[in-house]
Amino acid sequence: MLPFKPALLWTDLLMFVLVLALLAVTWHIRRREHLAAPWRKVAMSRAGMASATLLALFAGIGLLDSLHYRPALPDEPVAAASKAAAETRYAVELRSVLDLLLDPLPSQVETTYSAPLATRAFNKTVIEGDEGTQRDYPRLRYGGAHLADDRGGVAADVAGRALSGALGGLAAGLGALALLALLLSPRRALERVLAWVTGNGHDAVHWAAWTLLGVTTLGGVLAALASGYHVFGTDKVGQDVLYQILKSIRTALVIGTLTTLVTLPFGVVLGIAAGYFRGWIDDLIQYLYTTLNSIPGVLLIAAAVLMTQVYMDTHPESFETVTARADFRLLFLCLILGITSWTGLARLLRGETLKLRELEYVQAAQAFGVSSWSILGRHILPNVMHIVLIALVMDFSGLVLAEAVLSYVGVGVDPSMISFGTMINSARLEMAREPMVWWALAAAFVFMFVLVLAANLFADAVRDALDPRTRVRGVA
Amino acid sequence: MITYIIRRLLYAIPILIGVNLITFALFFVVNTPEDMARMALGMKRVTPEAIERWKAERGYDKPLLYNAQKDGPRKFTETIFVEKSAAMFAFDFGQADDGRDIASEIRTRAGPSLAIALPVFVVGLVTMISVALLMVFFRATYVDTSGVVLCVALMSISALFYIIAGQYLVAKVWRLVPISGYSGSWDALRFLMLPVVIGVVSGIGAGARWYRTLFLEEINREYVRTARAKGLSELQVLFRHVLRNGLIPILTASVAAIPLLFMGSLLTESFFGIPGLGSYTIDAINHQDFGVVRSMVFLGSVLYIVGLVLTDISYTWADPRVRLE
Repeated sequence: MLPFKPALLWTDLLMFVLVLALLAVTWHIRRREHLAAPWRKVAMSRAGMASATLLALFAGIGLLDSLHYRPALPDEPVAAASKAAAETRYAVELRSVLDLLLDPLPSQVETTYSAPLATRAFNKTVIEGDEGTQRDYPRLRYGGAHLADDRGGVAADVAGRALSGALGGLAAGLGALALLALLLSPRRALERVLAWVTGNGHDAVHWAAWTLLGVTTLGGVLAALASGYHVFGTDKVGQDVLYQILKSIRTALVIGTLTTLVTLPFGVVLGIAAGYFRGWIDDLIQYLYTTLNSIPGVLLIAAAVLMTQVYMDTHPESFETVTARADFRLLFLCLILGITSWTGLARLLRGETLKLRELEYVQAAQAFGVSSWSILGRHILPNVMHIVLIALVMDFSGLVLAEAVLSYVGVGVDPSMISFGTMINSARLEMAREPMVWWALAAAFVFMFVLVLAANLFADAVRDALDPRTRVRGVA
Repeated sequence: MITYIIRRLLYAIPILIGVNLITFALFFVVNTPEDMARMALGMKRVTPEAIERWKAERGYDKPLLYNAQKDGPRKFTETIFVEKSAAMFAFDFGQADDGRDIASEIRTRAGPSLAIALPVFVVGLVTMISVALLMVFFRATYVDTSGVVLCVALMSISALFYIIAGQYLVAKVWRLVPISGYSGSWDALRFLMLPVVIGVVSGIGAGARWYRTLFLEEINREYVRTARAKGLSELQVLFRHVLRNGLIPILTASVAAIPLLFMGSLLTESFFGIPGLGSYTIDAINHQDFGVVRSMVFLGSVLYIVGLVLTDISYTWADPRVRLE
């Protein structure tokens, strides 16, 4: 009789498989000097480390949001009487660990729009008061509800909360740094933290530490304010915008990472095979990717998503919950995005393999009678791995941006799924209102910008470290 | 060269057949016309007669590949595959759900699409290359570094933001241009200015950075050193030698896009209410008009292949050493 029932969505499963794979690759690389060397160069890059810290925080939020469960419904009185026989029933609605941590934010729903940090609603309604009925801006149910006087005391209350939140966040950040230092070297932990914060020694780590402190301080401010207000306001149905932003992060991460899971096998296997075997295999694979490339990407995605929609509408019985349904569409979107985007990687790998197969060590392996597949796996693949890795990190930011556009076109994620795209799409309709409802739009754009910028900077650092061409130029 | 072009165009045929088969599979095999009818008519309480009528109106009431009821060659021609899919090779796109002829619709809408896409392409290309050359000219200085940082920041902003913010500021707050709309005469200039500027600005970050990398790769070549050694100024080196030698990758990246300009831009056209092919496509997607989406997929593939051939031809113009055989 658990108080909850774990629920595993397909995308959750794949996300955790991806994390495991990432850990395995890291372990593999750490033990091999020639593979670890370029990554140490990433660790020396200031922008690279700062953006990696940001990305890690985003990933943390996304992973917490990927642990889903169904909470148990409270026992009905009748059922409680004969509870030996009664089974615990679980809610149809899925919740995630992130929802649990953010509690009560998800349930603090107002009636409709309210501005950031507002205590009163955005629209006038009829209020029944002591002096009869009048039209006024009603007080919000949750935003600033703790204040007795919401006209005068807001600024002081906000400032006080922000200050204590900032201090708390800073302390939490320092605490996290101390914990990390303790894990790394228990004896000289204090010295390490000091070096990180003051920048005495390792420049890039200093940047990462400051990024972390900056984010935790900001996070502290947001958390302190969110306990009494809607920091970024509420949307049309009264849902808190900050909560939606945090939920959007998972969707963006899923699209950005799971798509590469689809791209990889196609791109790597077909690209290398085309370059190595040449002849009719090359012709066939080239034909395949020219054909796929010639179809405009958006239209192929649109066609495929429309078709899934038809499938989902004709087979409603296959989906237990609304979330599972939205999740199926998300997974399918990743699949189709992957199918449209492996061609670039395959073309790059084909070109590189064409060069590699003429090199002496490959020729020697062929002369010794090593089988083609062993040559591909042991001689070609390790030597094109840097291209694969660079392509992977470069693709991520583009995919996050693409999600927003696709959701606008109407072929992105399910409308019931919170994402940057659906947020922008619903907020866009409010542009014409006077005065304008700008907060949801602004918040979505700012967070998307930070995520994409961090991804772009990290990708640049990885490319600079891994690409042999830039390595040579760096020396010269 | 003529024979080369003819061979390339012949090579296009299997690709178009492939595209045709993919769209046929997606639109008719994965989901049958029956499913589409149900979706168009609403999921619940649809009578089989209504579905049959819907299919008959659109000519979807025939077998997919083989019509056993007819005789002779009509066993094969009176099928959905031949009438709906293969007919596109003759640019016979059939009718949209609103009863209009898709081919004539495409002809009238290509103009407005081009009126936006072409200026965006030309002005955008010139701006990107100029900015990139500027950064290369000031390479390894603060101008260059801050330029690169600015480019990365610009390319991290969503295209939707450029459009929404631009429309809000320029058209709504400053009231410099109308918010949206289009007209056929020179008057259209008023409507086109803002979308063109936004289109150029939103592409500049990624583009300028890419061209900068390209030129930087050229700048350390030996012919550049020779050019400097004989006393040419840096500007002459950049424009006469580096730009000229960078042409091949520039052409690779840009010429293939020219025919696709006809397809228009989905986002810009729908935000600014321009009656081009981009907004046509987006409307078709929203109304689930599969006939139009299929036609646009096919048209896009044709234009893509034309672009590939044009790219090859442009190489011979840029670099006389290239011979097409």
